[in-house]
Amino acid sequence: MNASSPLISLDHVGKTYASGTTALDGVSADIAQGAFVSLVGPSGCGKSTLLRILAGLISADRGSVAWPATETRPKKLGFVFQEATLMPWASVFDNVRLPLKLKGQSSEQARERVISTLSRVGLADFADAYPRELSGGMRMRVSIARALVTQPPVLLMDEPFAALDEFTRETLDDDLLALWRAQAWTVLFVTHSIYEAVYLSERVLVMGARPGRIVADVAIEAPAERGRTFRESHLYIDQCAAISAKLREAS
Amino acid sequence: MTDSRFQTRFWRIALPLLVGVAVLFVWQGAVTAFDVPSFVLPAPTLIAESLVANFGSLMGSLVVTLRVTVAAFLLASVGGVALAILFVQNRAVETALFPYAIILQVTPVVAIAPLILIWVGFDQVELALLILAWIVAFFPVLSNTVLGLRSVDHNLTDLFRLYGASRLQTLIELQLPAALPYILAGMKISGGLALIGAVVAEFVAGSGASTGLAWRIVEAGNRLDIPKMFAALFLLSLLGIAIFFLLSLVEYLLLRRWHESVIRREG
Repeated sequence: MNASSPLISLDHVGKTYASGTTALDGVSADIAQGAFVSLVGPSGCGKSTLLRILAGLISADRGSVAWPATETRPKKLGFVFQEATLMPWASVFDNVRLPLKLKGQSSEQARERVISTLSRVGLADFADAYPRELSGGMRMRVSIARALVTQPPVLLMDEPFAALDEFTRETLDDDLLALWRAQAWTVLFVTHSIYEAVYLSERVLVMGARPGRIVADVAIEAPAERGRTFRESHLYIDQCAAISAKLREAS
Repeated sequence: MTDSRFQTRFWRIALPLLVGVAVLFVWQGAVTAFDVPSFVLPAPTLIAESLVANFGSLMGSLVVTLRVTVAAFLLASVGGVALAILFVQNRAVETALFPYAIILQVTPVVAIAPLILIWVGFDQVELALLILAWIVAFFPVLSNTVLGLRSVDHNLTDLFRLYGASRLQTLIELQLPAALPYILAGMKISGGLALIGAVVAEFVAGSGASTGLAWRIVEAGNRLDIPKMFAALFLLSLLGIAIFFLLSLVEYLLLRRWHESVIRREG
């Protein structure tokens, strides 16, 4: 592993669906290891498509996706969907255990990892609960715990908090930041919320639609500790306004 | 359990029972008042007497019918689920076989019964009944399971792909649990149909080759022993109800922790 190489290197990536829609065209960007990068843009700008290409769920038609630092796509990827996407028939414990179970680990082998991951998202007491017994925010935490349980070097998040209320979302934003700081992972965070993107990221890739492309690459300036003061600062609001302006230009 | 929930449960059992008792009283009263002959409509008391008098033979027949029904139902459930899994794993198999499954389903069982009886032979009439009951019962399980296996949340399917799940793992950990409510719904229909299939097949077989409840009805009808006919009918209904309740209970036990269909909401 070469520490100075970017983790992900996108070179003129394009994707056209069978329906003829060009979801992505000429997308180039390097993502550094350990970075927190947001993809922000209107719906239909190919943010989710890009994330799915990175996850290997679909493949790009044009251009190349390289992983210079690891040479191949890391086997362990964390993916968080827009919905919590939990198995309703399984307990919280079994939902979080899933990635380990699929790798052949028994319940006993996985127990410690699952419980420690659950306590990191604040749900250690809910291991035996079923998803329907939890609130939307708690379900999302379970989903994040499931993505983290394999201790992946990369976390791909596809509008994970979009369906949650403002309060829950802000809490989860802070929790996510704390987890990211404690760990050395790279996070790619797709959102349609400019505010969320600026609050969370070191860098925001602004995307435009039809065809999906990157229209701006903005480095976010923020204090080491983000929190309520940052959310209410001029620095924060100005950066949101600047990205908002770039999005308007693109459409 | 709160008081109001207990009351709800109490009335759910008490109300239908009350209706049943009321109907029996009106029935008994009407038969006595209008002097209806027992070969037209026997009084409930007469049916009960017949049930007691013929208890041995009726119970023997009940066991025969029950045996055929349960065996047909179990084979239909296993076969339906197995075939559905095959269909979902392989489109070509589904395309090739599904039309025949439909043909089997839409052909009235009465129409194929004589053929099956001849093929299997009257010396093995119970096997013939089993095949016929199975034909009637298996389709709901098949079609419901196929629907269930196909209704898996596509994000969960993606998740399984992402974690490199094998086809077998995806089937066991994802598709079958997701399809369970559908499978159980299919089995509930199937249980009733297996009984209907067993009875209809036995009617066609007739002539005393088999000795299930349907044969008791034919026999009693031929002898104009209408109270015994009703007694056998009563046992058949009881059997059908028992099957339905048993399957509902299984459904409740398996789904109560997670599926919307069996979760009681407060208030």
